[in-house]
Amino acid sequence: MPLSYFLGISIVMFTIGVLGVLLRRNALVILMSLELMFNSANLLFVAYANYHQILTGQIMVFFVMAVAAAEVGIGLALLVAIFRVKKSIDIDQMSSLKG
Amino acid sequence: MPVIGTIFYVFLAIVAIGTALGMLLNRNAIYCALFLVLNFATIAVLYLALGAPFIAFTQITVYAGAIMILFLFVIALLGTEMLSAGEPIKGHRLLAIGAALIFVVELVLFFIVRNQVTGPVQAIGSDFGSPKNIGVLMFTEYLLPVEIVAFILLSATIGAIMLTKPDRKLFQKMTRPRD
Repeated sequence: MPLSYFLGISIVMFTIGVLGVLLRRNALVILMSLELMFNSANLLFVAYANYHQILTGQIMVFFVMAVAAAEVGIGLALLVAIFRVKKSIDIDQMSSLKG
Repeated sequence: MPVIGTIFYVFLAIVAIGTALGMLLNRNAIYCALFLVLNFATIAVLYLALGAPFIAFTQITVYAGAIMILFLFVIALLGTEMLSAGEPIKGHRLLAIGAALIFVVELVLFFIVRNQVTGPVQAIGSDFGSPKNIGVLMFTEYLLPVEIVAFILLSATIGAIMLTKPDRKLFQKMTRPRD
C-alpha cells in the first residue's frame, strides 16, 4: 500500500479527534478524543518507521502509549474529583475561573 | 497488489474512520467508548500490516484493554453517560466544522502534496519489528527513557491516588462508631 494511504487515515482520524474536543461537552468523551489523536500520531510513527526501515519509530510509539496511560489515569482521577464537587462532568459548567 | 488485498485495506480504512465518526456523533458515552475500542483494534491490524507485531499487541492490551476498561469503569461509576442536548454558543458547531475542513486541507497539502512521500511501504522481513529486536534496542540505546517512563507511571499512580482520596474528616465522621 502507498504511504499516503496511512497518511490519509491518520489525517482524518486526527481531525475527528480535534472535532471531538471542540464539539463534545462530556469531559469523558473529550478525553477519548485525545486518545484518538494519540492513536493517529502513533499510526504515523509506525508507518514512517516502516517507510524508512528504522525501528526508532516503534519504540517512540511504545513510550507514547506509556505516557498516554499515565495521562488517562490522572485525567480520570481529576474528573472523579471534579464530579464530587460539581455533581456534573459537563465541560461548560467548569467555569469557576471565569471573571 | 492483488485485488483482495486492496479490498482488505479499503475495508480497514472504512472501519477505522467510521468508528471514529461514530465516537464523535454518538450521544451516549458508553457507545463512544465501545466505538473507540473497535477503532483501536482496527489500528492494531494496520500495525500488523506495517510489520509491527509488538506494537500491535501492546495496542490491544494497553489501549483496548486497560485504558478503555478504565474509561468504562469511570462512566459506570459516575453514571453520566448522557448529557442534556443543546448548543451553548451559537454557531459553534458550524465554526468548528469549518475549521476542521481547513485543517484537513492544510494537512493534505503539507504531507501529501508538498513532501511528495507517496512511495509504497516496503514488504519487510519478519524480524524487523519483532519483540526481540525492540527489546534489545529499548534496553541498550533507550535505557534512560525507559527509566524515565517508569518514573512517570509511578508518579501518575501516586497522583491518581492522592486526587481521589476521600476527604479525611468526612471519612472519619462517617466511619466513627456511634457512642
